[in-house]
Amino acid sequence: MRRRALLSAAVAAPAAALLPGCAAGRDDRRGPDGTIRLRFQSLAWQQESVEINKQLVREWNEANPRVRVEYVQGSWDSVHDQLLTAFEGGEAPDVIHDASDDLADFAYGGYLTDLGPLLPRGLRESIPERSWRTATFDGGIHGVPFLQEPRVLIANRKLLEAAGGVRIPTPDDPWSWPEFRAAARKLTRGGTFGVAWPLKEPVSSTLNLSLSAGGRVFHRGTDGKAEIRFGAADRVVPGIVHDQVNTDRSASRGTLGMGGSDTLPGFFAGKYAMVPLGFSYRQQVEQQAPDGFAWTVLPAPAGREGLRQGVSPQTLSVARDCPYPEEAVRFIAFFLRPRNLVRLARGDWMLPTATEALADPALHTERHGWATGTALAGELYPAPAQSVRGYPEWKDKIATPALQEFYSGAIGMEELGTRLVRDGNLVLARYQR
Amino acid sequence: MTARTAGAGARRSPRRTAGSAGRHLALLCYLVFLGFPLLWLLSTAFKPPGELATLHPTWWPEDPTLANFRQAFDEQPLLRSAGNSLLAATAAAVIAVVIATPMAYVMARHRGRLARAATGWVVVSQAFPFVLVIIPLFLVLKELRLINALPGLIMVYVVWSLPFALWMLTGYVRAVPRELEEAAAVDGAGRLRTLVSVTAPLLAPGVVATAMFAFITAWNEFFFALVLLKSPEKQTMPVVLTHFIGAEGVADLGPLAAAAFLATLPSLLVFAVIQRRITGGMLTGAVKS
Repeated sequence: MRRRALLSAAVAAPAAALLPGCAAGRDDRRGPDGTIRLRFQSLAWQQESVEINKQLVREWNEANPRVRVEYVQGSWDSVHDQLLTAFEGGEAPDVIHDASDDLADFAYGGYLTDLGPLLPRGLRESIPERSWRTATFDGGIHGVPFLQEPRVLIANRKLLEAAGGVRIPTPDDPWSWPEFRAAARKLTRGGTFGVAWPLKEPVSSTLNLSLSAGGRVFHRGTDGKAEIRFGAADRVVPGIVHDQVNTDRSASRGTLGMGGSDTLPGFFAGKYAMVPLGFSYRQQVEQQAPDGFAWTVLPAPAGREGLRQGVSPQTLSVARDCPYPEEAVRFIAFFLRPRNLVRLARGDWMLPTATEALADPALHTERHGWATGTALAGELYPAPAQSVRGYPEWKDKIATPALQEFYSGAIGMEELGTRLVRDGNLVLARYQR
Repeated sequence: MTARTAGAGARRSPRRTAGSAGRHLALLCYLVFLGFPLLWLLSTAFKPPGELATLHPTWWPEDPTLANFRQAFDEQPLLRSAGNSLLAATAAAVIAVVIATPMAYVMARHRGRLARAATGWVVVSQAFPFVLVIIPLFLVLKELRLINALPGLIMVYVVWSLPFALWMLTGYVRAVPRELEEAAAVDGAGRLRTLVSVTAPLLAPGVVATAMFAFITAWNEFFFALVLLKSPEKQTMPVVLTHFIGAEGVADLGPLAAAAFLATLPSLLVFAVIQRRITGGMLTGAVKS
């Protein structure tokens, strides 16, 4: 992240000086025979998903010999830095796979095409408006949101059933946050914690789950400027996590600094009864669980706003420098046809945003908890902060350390609120002058 | 001789023996510390998925498998990317040494104002983080049509490793006694003959060590390769390794470990082959005339 900030700062001066001399817009995509060549950078990384991506590109190329698409493998680990450099140098891929929370910088920087006027009606109408909002910046649509994942509770089925008096929640009848707290307490016994919160990156988890309790943290004024507040609704989820760790002792303190994958060995060993994880973690659970390990997928707890959660879907965008945006969008529309989208969703163990794809029976099976996930799809809304300028800095410099200290019990709720709001608004003010 | 040695051993005091044992123990701990990541990588590469996610991981795989290697080769073009890395790293090392050696000789032997300024610049140039130069570099290479081309990457690697190579070689040249060159001159050897027959053999270990440094730097380099190479068929090994890592840092650990272990082999082999020469070179530099 420090490198990202440095890189962003480093971009401005030298690039501004050198760019006019560059061959921006040079049409090196059309061959001598008139064939258009587009580069599609995919971030698919799991074997099954990579295969499906490549297969879809092959199918497109067979059906569209005049518009050839080249598959380029990117990496989630480095995509922001790589794209930023490529955009500045005018060498970005034409079709770009990314996530909506990473698009804001690029959209505001003018690197991405506004897809609004180019999107075919079928594609536009197949994706709900709330999903489009995740990729809409300054009134322009800068990406097609296509895959997303709710946060769910992956639970040890045996421990859950063995704990007397614990009701198994369903999407129709989920736990409330207090019920979840009580269930975690009941599941805590004999060296087993009721829950393990992997909060190495605590900000997005906290903000996204807080939507269920009506928490927003970021509020837009009539002048369009964002302001941070930390009211009662914002305190519900962090308060419960804090109390589970520090008061009830029903949540493991050791996992607070872990990523999601790090909790799985303890989960398989019966050390934790439940782990809140992204929906796609099911693949790792299925792949790594010891023989005979029974697990199930439960919806995250509900608050006054029901099961609502914030998400940052994966997106497909078109670079502003792409000389053939119409063809690029045609490829995207092909790539995201309902049948293809179902294949992509299954390959990544995620949910499609498009309603027709979401209705596919393959995504409604009880096996591996697919049905629980699809039942939550209607409750997924844009992550509260993703379009707020200055959010990455607030997250890294203020919210992450403050929440980590809070969850570990080093500071209290008042101190947390003060730091998030007072220090946070100072950061936002610099971006909103 | 044997009796004298035995006698000396018998006279060794318990305190000296304990000190020696302590030193060996410390050395052993240091070796374990250094070798642990590599051993863990090796162990992980041979573990099946179930063994990768246990609360009490074992030192060695209980049920060793080659599946991770198979999957790594199936999923990513490891051989092709290793070939690209090998080409880029070898070329960068050779070119850097060819350029740096005569420069280092001049800087070591001529201590004028220019040499001091050059040395200062070499040191200062190490202070620039690469993120500050990457965009201008990208644009310059683009104008030269060297984006997405291994020669462009090699050029960057040469430029990047040159200052340190120069600094390193300057030290080696200074360690070669000037008197040896003067003696050769007295014996009637010309400048070129002196350099070839006297200086070069003494400098060889230093040149090899410097080349190794440049090779390993280029072999491991990630960010320039990521940014400058677009085509999949030109990507280098470190870039390809990141393809085993997904969103939020989730990794396909088994295949990643298998591929990463393979990626470390060339560095290990290079070091194993020439480490004796490096040690020799260091000792050469340590002897005062």
